[in-house]
Amino acid sequence: MRKPLRYWLQLTVTLAVCAFLVVPVGLSILAGITENFFIGVKSGLTMRWVSEVWNLYSETIWRSIGIALACLAATLTLGVPVAYALARAQSRFTRWIEELLTLPIAVPGLATALALILLYGGWRDFRASWLFILVGHVLFTLPFMVRSVLAVMMAVDLKTLEEAAASLGASFRQRFLSVVLPNVRPGIVAGSLMVVTLSMGEFNLTWMLHTPLTKTLPVGLADSYASMRLELGSAYTLIFLVMIVPLLVSLQWAAARAERRGA
Amino acid sequence: MAVAIHLENCAKTFPDGTHALEPLTLDIAAGEVIVLLGPSGCGKTTTLRIIAGLESPDPGGRVLFDREDVTPQPIEKRGVGMVFQSYALFPNMSVAENIGYGLRVRDVAKDERDRRVAEMLKLVDLESFGARRVDQLSGGQRQRVALARALAIQPRALLLDEPLTALDAKLREQLRVEIDRLLRQLGITAVYVTHDQAEAMALGDRIVVMEKGRIAQSGTPQEIYHHPATAFVADFIGTMNRLAGEVVDSHLVVAAGRLPLGRIAAREVMFRPEDVRLVRPGEHHLEAKVISSFFLGDHTRLVVDAGGTSPLVVETTERRTWPRGETVHLAVVDGAILPVPSQAP
Amino acid sequence: MDPVARDRRRALALAVPALAVFAAFWLLPMARLVQVGASGPDGIAAYFAVVTNANYFRSLASTVALSAGVSVVTLVLSLIAGIFLQRNRFSGRGVLISLMTLPLAFPGVVVGFLVILLVGRQGLVGDVTTRLFDEKVVLAYGMAGLFIGYLYFSIPRVILTIMASVEKLDPALEEAARSLGASTWQVLRDVILPALTPAIISSGAICFATSMGAFGTAFTLATQINVLPLTIYNEFTNYANFSMAASLSIVLGIITWAALAAARSLAGAGVAAAG
Repeated sequence: MRKPLRYWLQLTVTLAVCAFLVVPVGLSILAGITENFFIGVKSGLTMRWVSEVWNLYSETIWRSIGIALACLAATLTLGVPVAYALARAQSRFTRWIEELLTLPIAVPGLATALALILLYGGWRDFRASWLFILVGHVLFTLPFMVRSVLAVMMAVDLKTLEEAAASLGASFRQRFLSVVLPNVRPGIVAGSLMVVTLSMGEFNLTWMLHTPLTKTLPVGLADSYASMRLELGSAYTLIFLVMIVPLLVSLQWAAARAERRGA
Repeated sequence: MAVAIHLENCAKTFPDGTHALEPLTLDIAAGEVIVLLGPSGCGKTTTLRIIAGLESPDPGGRVLFDREDVTPQPIEKRGVGMVFQSYALFPNMSVAENIGYGLRVRDVAKDERDRRVAEMLKLVDLESFGARRVDQLSGGQRQRVALARALAIQPRALLLDEPLTALDAKLREQLRVEIDRLLRQLGITAVYVTHDQAEAMALGDRIVVMEKGRIAQSGTPQEIYHHPATAFVADFIGTMNRLAGEVVDSHLVVAAGRLPLGRIAAREVMFRPEDVRLVRPGEHHLEAKVISSFFLGDHTRLVVDAGGTSPLVVETTERRTWPRGETVHLAVVDGAILPVPSQAP
Repeated sequence: MDPVARDRRRALALAVPALAVFAAFWLLPMARLVQVGASGPDGIAAYFAVVTNANYFRSLASTVALSAGVSVVTLVLSLIAGIFLQRNRFSGRGVLISLMTLPLAFPGVVVGFLVILLVGRQGLVGDVTTRLFDEKVVLAYGMAGLFIGYLYFSIPRVILTIMASVEKLDPALEEAARSLGASTWQVLRDVILPALTPAIISSGAICFATSMGAFGTAFTLATQINVLPLTIYNEFTNYANFSMAASLSIVLGIITWAALAAARSLAGAGVAAAG
């Protein structure tokens, strides 16, 4: 059966959109391993830009990873209990708490960063350390962890499961560890991947909060785009992509699993 | 090991103001199976949860197990076994782990635990299912695991919150028999909540019919069925026919005929559909016209117009069909005519 | 000793650490920001500067126009592509969808860089047009470049939302319409689009809010167009005009928050401004 014109038009638009999104990424990857982008692939493929980036910017990469992991630890310790509170407390407060925690992502990162600088900027030690950036990242990623865990908690009817465990004699600690946590694992995994991915790629906040001694990967990227040649910026972007794409793919997979949990 | 349960003046008002339960006093003997029966919102589940310790009664209410006041005790300490409507099996554990959970929490040694779990699996006929995951089980199987889990801790009382509601009719009947057998075998005190009156009558030693937070009537299934104490109970349990008329010469005179009242002197009476017989003209009390008939396999239900405010329902095992509009002659079995109770209990 | 109350109290107690962190590092700083915003030479009037001052107003207007334009175009493209992808199975579909949603994690700077690669001075489009028309088309450094960049990070987000909503559509409604004689176009207009309206409005609002607050992309493109986030940045970094920066960012924050609140009242979860 011949497909109607409509089908072909839709397909064209879809492919065009896809091309629009994917081609620049391909270009960037290519530019990062090309000897000379201006000349093109004819000039040969090379890894020299990648190794040069590593020499110049490896510190930013390690720092980003470190901050992302610290951010994960913080959001887990703060976020999982909050999600539990929101799932179980069922009072007027819980709606407000959820609204509050979402504020840092409802306003531009710029505003949050400015606010932090104005209040804590005078505290030299704090201002100059990576902890200052960490605080911004935690504020920004916490709602995502909470939301991810909360969604799974709501889907598994935590209240009845806890009542069942309590009826069998389990104390709060016992049932939190043996019943609550294991059953929200998909949400914790999806939330963790989300937090790490967001932290690795965070720029708006970090640009304002950083100092020359506390640069992260995205900050380094901005530097290189402004001051280095195109091939270097591309190689740097390539490294970033290599780190972030596996995270993204795992995130998609984990989020799908978490959603199926509730079914 | 089975306890006697005593509820004294237990009322429950929720934070939003709803009076789920008016002050209620109830006695349950050790080893007795009582059924809390009523429509949704009548307070039966609230009563169960107060016995369990998941809710506490309003100040002044007390819950006693044998002579011990357990009102301040939370559910973790009460040693009751509870079966939830949604079964609440732990998805992260296997069947065996679910059943053994209460024992694990009590630090029972692994060997002893395994032994008891095997015993429970045998009891509910799921011997080879220990390693299965919860999502691999059918509804009936989950229900049995929930039962086994509650019984594994050798509870002082078993509390069941509409355990069969989520199952289809055939399965429900099957499991009803199994639960009944188990409860008799174990001699355990059991409180069973349901809105299904057939279930209540099949299972309970005693039925407590509840309405709007109060006990409407408490008695054996036969007492409740044949001698409903209030209009609500009469209407809730089975179907009741009602007729109103003038009392003349110890007969109730209605448009369709005369009903012999004997010593009852009530202007409104009620009787069950299965107590109405189809008779020959001349032997009848009432004459009525067929509105519709439903063949139900083992009997036929006739809906007839006898001139009253609502049609009468007649159940007969006669094997024939009744066309619309046909006139039938009815007689009510001796002793089956009851006066309609007033609204007050 | 009501068990329900006890459980509730215990649950709320678990929220305290997070709330403490939040109060210390967001509420208090925000309060300071509001205060600083009003501490400049104009006092509280600084909050209205975005309307009263011509430069700031221009900045706001271009940001709003840009964000609105991006939202509309994103929605149209995402609807066409999203409905198509959800309704047609073909080999490679999964890969295609994964590829299209990758840009979700790209920071604004990277998007800006990709725009330069595409339509910048050494960009692909420039090369192609030079070869075809002998004229190099360079769009990256003006409004068009920003537009393309914002489109780039908006489409993946909106497409995912649209696709999720299309999946939840009840096929029975469309079947009923077709059984009554509706043509494909009519089914689209009368059944599908109305059913998708909440998703359309909410993802449109999210798109708008994200574009309003986007900083990295504009920063990288270093355009002559001054969008509000860049204006704020300049006030703070280059002119040390803290009170103006503060008041402008509060105003911007209120706008984005309002847009997202509107979106949330129509859709529920999944609301954030990022990029």
